[in-house]
Amino acid sequence: MRIFANISRPVSKIGAIGLVGLLAACAQPAPGPSGFHDPNEPRNRKIHDFNRKVDQAVLRPASGAYGSTIPKPVRTGVSNFSSNLGLPSAVLNNLLQADLRGAVHNTTRFFINSTVGLGGLFDPASGAKVYEVEADFGGTLAKWGFAEGAYVELPLAGPSTNRDAVGLLVDLVTDPVGQVLPRGEKYIATTTTVLDAMNSRYTFTDTVDSVLYESADSYAQLRLFYLQNRRFELGEEASADGVDPYSDPYFDPYEDPYE
Amino acid sequence: MSNHVNRRFFVAGATTAGALAVTGVPAVAMTTASATSLVDKVVADINKVIASGQSEAQMFSAFENIFSRYADVPTIARYALGVEARSASKSQLNQFSKAFQVYISRKYGRRFREFIGGRIEVGSAKEVKSFFEVKSTAYLQGRSPFEVTFLVSDRSGKDLFFNMFIEGINMLLTERTEIGAQLDKRKGNLDQLIKDLPSLG
Repeated sequence: MRIFANISRPVSKIGAIGLVGLLAACAQPAPGPSGFHDPNEPRNRKIHDFNRKVDQAVLRPASGAYGSTIPKPVRTGVSNFSSNLGLPSAVLNNLLQADLRGAVHNTTRFFINSTVGLGGLFDPASGAKVYEVEADFGGTLAKWGFAEGAYVELPLAGPSTNRDAVGLLVDLVTDPVGQVLPRGEKYIATTTTVLDAMNSRYTFTDTVDSVLYESADSYAQLRLFYLQNRRFELGEEASADGVDPYSDPYFDPYEDPYE
Repeated sequence: MSNHVNRRFFVAGATTAGALAVTGVPAVAMTTASATSLVDKVVADINKVIASGQSEAQMFSAFENIFSRYADVPTIARYALGVEARSASKSQLNQFSKAFQVYISRKYGRRFREFIGGRIEVGSAKEVKSFFEVKSTAYLQGRSPFEVTFLVSDRSGKDLFFNMFIEGINMLLTERTEIGAQLDKRKGNLDQLIKDLPSLG
């Protein structure tokens, strides 16, 4: 789900300091197309429990309050503003990935929404079908041939991989908007990022709750979701024929299931 | 793995009519057009439900209808059950399949509820090995459009979808992981899981 990415990315910008220790392992062998490389599962599970507690105690109630007290148009405006400020960083990564089309697209989007969209509060670009071409440094590293590395669940930031954790940190440090903004404005930008995360948590609360609190193994579900969705985004997913229930080792495909 | 599968289907294909008679696969072969037309119907029905403004309960039963009409539920259920399907009795499998249908309709019905105010458009289709992959795009308010892919097969006797990818997330794998975990939680007691499953969705 992009929801999780939406939640994890901004939150991580607050808590990214703890990441440094996790950066080493980008050189690890790539996992098989459908296999998950999760050598630190016991530690990841502990962090997962911690994240769940944080969600339960802080993020979920706070976003519930935010969603129920602030009218939707205001929340949408704040989220638009925040995602507009993310575009320069996306353009930077489009360029690093030699995706000129994406860079032009995102630049156009940034200018439309910053001007006609009143500083990014509105999103007329999407109305004109100029959607964001998502790009981040994790994707850039993938493009440059770095392997995914191990799956990691980061404190507060949530599901990631060695490669994406490095990407997260680099995006944080190199964000062009962060370079340009004076300190006061930077706090506003960070605040809107947090509010945007809360808005996502509120909007998709049914789905997020069903994974985090109703699944028999929320850790395994989240890992599956993150890795499949991320590999799909990066064009690294196993092909659609990776799973064929009609030729599954667990049952005879020629047996009539309707018998 | 994929070579192995290839070979298997090649052999299956090569034995033609005789094998078809035995396995009950219909003589009319599925085509890109027929696979697309199935997904067209699925998507039209989903769009109807998300535009209807029905209550949650009505929507769940509407989604259950969609699943039972257009999806190969027994095959999906069996795949989700994984290795346990081998040791289960026929009647357990049947009951599991029924319970699974309720579970999956509620669970994915809830996902589609987030699509309210949006729509899905069917795109391109192509043949992949023994089945067809039909891509569609979901347009939701306030989000970039994203891909929902349906896999369609006629191996059940008619064209039905047997898997779905929402933004790359594979429903079969998701459910095998979840059903496996639910079984573990019940110490492998399949009958207990069958009893609990309809309320887990």
